[in-house]
Amino acid sequence: MSTLTLSQSKPVDRPQIKEKYDHFIGGKWVAPSSGEYFDNISPIDGKAFSKAARGNKADIEKALDAAHEAFATWSKTSAAERSRVLNKIADIIEENLELLARIETIDNGKALRETRAADLPLCVDHFRYFAGVIRADESSISEHDETTVSIALHEPLGVVGQIIPWNFPLLMATWKIAPALAAGCCTVVKPAEQTPTSIMVLMELIADVLPPGVLNVVTGFGPEAGKPLATSDRVAKVAFTGETTTGRLIMQYASENLIPVTMELGGKSPNIFMKSVGDADDEFFDKAVEGAVMFALNQGEVCTCPSRILVHEDIYDKFMERVVARTKAIKMGHPLAEDTMMGAQASNDQFEKILSYLDIGKQEGAEVLCGGEKASLNSGLETGYYIQPTIFKGHNKMRIFQEEIFGPVTSVTTFKTTEEAIAIANDTMYGLGAGLWSRDAHELYQVPRAIQAGRVWVNCYHAYPAHAPFGGYKKSGFGRENHLMMLNHYRQTKNMLISYSKNKLGFF
Amino acid sequence: MSESKTIPRVILSEAAIDTIDTLRKRFGTDLMFHQSGGCCDGSSPMCFEKGDFKVGGSDIWIGKVYGCDFFMNKDQFEYWKHTQLTLDVTPGRGSSFSIEIPMGIRFIIRSRVFTMEELENLEPTMTGEEMVEKNLL
Repeated sequence: MSTLTLSQSKPVDRPQIKEKYDHFIGGKWVAPSSGEYFDNISPIDGKAFSKAARGNKADIEKALDAAHEAFATWSKTSAAERSRVLNKIADIIEENLELLARIETIDNGKALRETRAADLPLCVDHFRYFAGVIRADESSISEHDETTVSIALHEPLGVVGQIIPWNFPLLMATWKIAPALAAGCCTVVKPAEQTPTSIMVLMELIADVLPPGVLNVVTGFGPEAGKPLATSDRVAKVAFTGETTTGRLIMQYASENLIPVTMELGGKSPNIFMKSVGDADDEFFDKAVEGAVMFALNQGEVCTCPSRILVHEDIYDKFMERVVARTKAIKMGHPLAEDTMMGAQASNDQFEKILSYLDIGKQEGAEVLCGGEKASLNSGLETGYYIQPTIFKGHNKMRIFQEEIFGPVTSVTTFKTTEEAIAIANDTMYGLGAGLWSRDAHELYQVPRAIQAGRVWVNCYHAYPAHAPFGGYKKSGFGRENHLMMLNHYRQTKNMLISYSKNKLGFF
Repeated sequence: MSESKTIPRVILSEAAIDTIDTLRKRFGTDLMFHQSGGCCDGSSPMCFEKGDFKVGGSDIWIGKVYGCDFFMNKDQFEYWKHTQLTLDVTPGRGSSFSIEIPMGIRFIIRSRVFTMEELENLEPTMTGEEMVEKNLL
């Protein structure tokens, strides 16, 4: 295939990044007990740009020591103070947004326009949201009779373990850290080994804001650092975002320690376009076309990637012609160039896996409407991990319709009736996200209710505001992030059942 | 049809054989695989020390590769059963508890659609629970 010659604006400057980062434990930078560091490779060019500490069980234990020590104070710190700290973190992220956006792009490979406009502003929003909700949060009280009162009071769970994925390194860390700290927990965070740097730059910026030990970050490989954290009998809860086998393994460990977990395990999200979408060629039609192309956001490395397009057969030609044209117009290029629309996949193994799915899709007989190959870019990007945004046409039993490819790949099929659309939408192991596009007021309510998914975007897609609960049905996990209900996944209830009667019961 | 002619559902590459040999030596134990689904490192095979991952009635044993039992979730198998899987390795850095990750490589699956003839002559499968009951693990 031909190599794409880049005709675009120059990449912005790379910020200064340290040669290596230690663990962040107890408010200090702590060298790994192994003495070893591993290369962090940028997906932009496949080259190492920094090193991360290779953590192990001893480092996790140190972090747990620090977190337990801090918990004695942090759990009793006033809501006003915890709120102030979270707001301060939000302010610091906002003040350093450009720096963090650039580092996130180097670490993950996604285009700068996305880290600037989505990842980092959403981090700011989430910290502010949880700073706000704990000021309005109240426990409950019930008077059972005139001398008996029950107080149901929230208490933080304790020290928690949080395992972060690589697709939105800072934002996914924020989704976990903000509610845990807001609830009064202390945390030990294990970032993904593909993206261990951006969070350490954030720790440098906020190191003095948090009391030592409240937030600890240990980098390293899953089997060496993640497993000791997930199996530890010194954590009160484990929060995990990732895939199903590791999710099950973490639940297996949690069952041994009898602790709760929250899981966000991915999806195969249907994006449904009802017949009325094609009633006019207007602004809404244009918005729906963009909604279908949202599969390319974040190079498709999103648990809710709209990776199945279900379109009414009567509007298929008209709609998909526009969707394919819009997809072909996606500008690939250097992730740090301001006009790049889609960047690099996050790692080589991810890149190889996506290519293997492009292969199986073709073998199963799916028609390639656009893309279908790796993207060969020049100008220093020859060794980066780039894939063309791809649309397959096929049927829902194909593996490309059933498995999370986690790349810029979507598969389209048609339906004749609303019932058929719902049946196809629900014919999946997963139930995380879904989209429903319609001009019909009845469908706008009834179809989303029939879809077995935790988040149904109606006439929109890929919005993640704090204040809207997000989480899975079916094999997509459980727990609701981005919302005050997440606080209760980091708390337990102390019930004080009080008698104000001076009279004995008379039993004894 | 004789037993020896059945078509395996999962095979492996030379590179995967070398990696399994290295891991066996390093951990001093037999290994197992469980095919993952879902996001991030999903849709990738996970390698564990034998017995570390508890299988049950919701898992399907689809065969042995180079002496290692290979499992997949039952629901997922429904969509995969018409394809032959090849266990391979690629340079990379997965994020999961799969034990080869610190070596800077990652097991991956390549797939091929079975022919109609092969589909009639595939190795039988059983659930993880049956494997436990028959003391095959």
